[in-house]
Amino acid sequence: MLTTLHTKKGLQLFFGFLFGILFGIFLQKGGATKYDVIVGQLLLTDFTVVKIMLSAVITGMIGIFAMKSFGWVDLHPKPGSWGSSAVGGLIFGVGFATLGYCPGTIAGAIGNGYIDAATGGIIGILIGAGLFAAIYPRLMNGILRKGDFGDITIPRLIKVPECVIVPIVVMFLVFILLALESKGM
Amino acid sequence: MDWIFEVRWSPYAAGIGIGVLSWFTFLLSNKPIGCSTAFARTSGMFVRIFKGKKIGEMPYYKQFTPSIDWEWMLVLGVILGGFISARISGDFTIQAVPAMWAATFGTAPLPRILTALAGGIFLGFGARWAGGCTSGHGISGTLQLAVSSWIAAICFFVGGIASAFIIFKVIG
Repeated sequence: MLTTLHTKKGLQLFFGFLFGILFGIFLQKGGATKYDVIVGQLLLTDFTVVKIMLSAVITGMIGIFAMKSFGWVDLHPKPGSWGSSAVGGLIFGVGFATLGYCPGTIAGAIGNGYIDAATGGIIGILIGAGLFAAIYPRLMNGILRKGDFGDITIPRLIKVPECVIVPIVVMFLVFILLALESKGM
Repeated sequence: MDWIFEVRWSPYAAGIGIGVLSWFTFLLSNKPIGCSTAFARTSGMFVRIFKGKKIGEMPYYKQFTPSIDWEWMLVLGVILGGFISARISGDFTIQAVPAMWAATFGTAPLPRILTALAGGIFLGFGARWAGGCTSGHGISGTLQLAVSSWIAAICFFVGGIASAFIIFKVIG
């Protein structure tokens, strides 16, 4: 659906910008552009980040899979492997805690006026991405392929229909949020 | 309409807003929300200044060309959105040292900025190694039930929680 709209390049750049503004507003209003909130999450004293993420995932998942069943949208699962997703994820985690922002929230943090984000943080991310590009030829056929599972999704992996898995995952995530609230976290 | 000017919204309101936003990015742009490739592309723009056309020989920049795309515009929008939101909430503050950092490591800006630089290097490197970040894997990928994203998102938090405890409880 709307495939002609998707090919309009200039309009899509404008959409990207517009969606970004809204994303920035939600991140800032939720508190996710703040170092104290992100580090508080990683120190397990403030669960704002997990609450924002899980409610976004629950809402997004219901809508995206409903629209997929009507044939309105296509999924875009990223390919991965243990060597890429797990090892890269752990390296990311070190940066997440040391910087106290992530690639999306740092953009919002710059808008919020935070100098550590606008100087060291952003320069660091660019250096890190550039370093990865430089050593990528040595990794692309090695560790990044270790334990490759491609762009598989959980329903395809365990061979259970989406209409069964989605409600189960939604209930599981809602349960986590209810458990956090009941413990006053 | 007072809610527009409130300093903070419930994390659930912000999260549901992001979830609904993702419906529209899929429907109108056929794209999941993600931020880290914009940084890869921007790093390529700087590499191109030094390498010129030779950048075309680098396999990574063949895959992620140093150009302005939808996701790049998205990240630019987040900066503006963060600014608009902070201004209308009365929360815009020029600040180099966050309170939690200051309480443990002092109020001097330089150590904080250098730590942010080091952290940024790990973050940018790790995001590209994992093929996504907290938005691309953590929100967009997990909501599509992608196996790669669930593994990456769990590892973001495992690595992040372990590092935060080392930084604040062992070093600090």
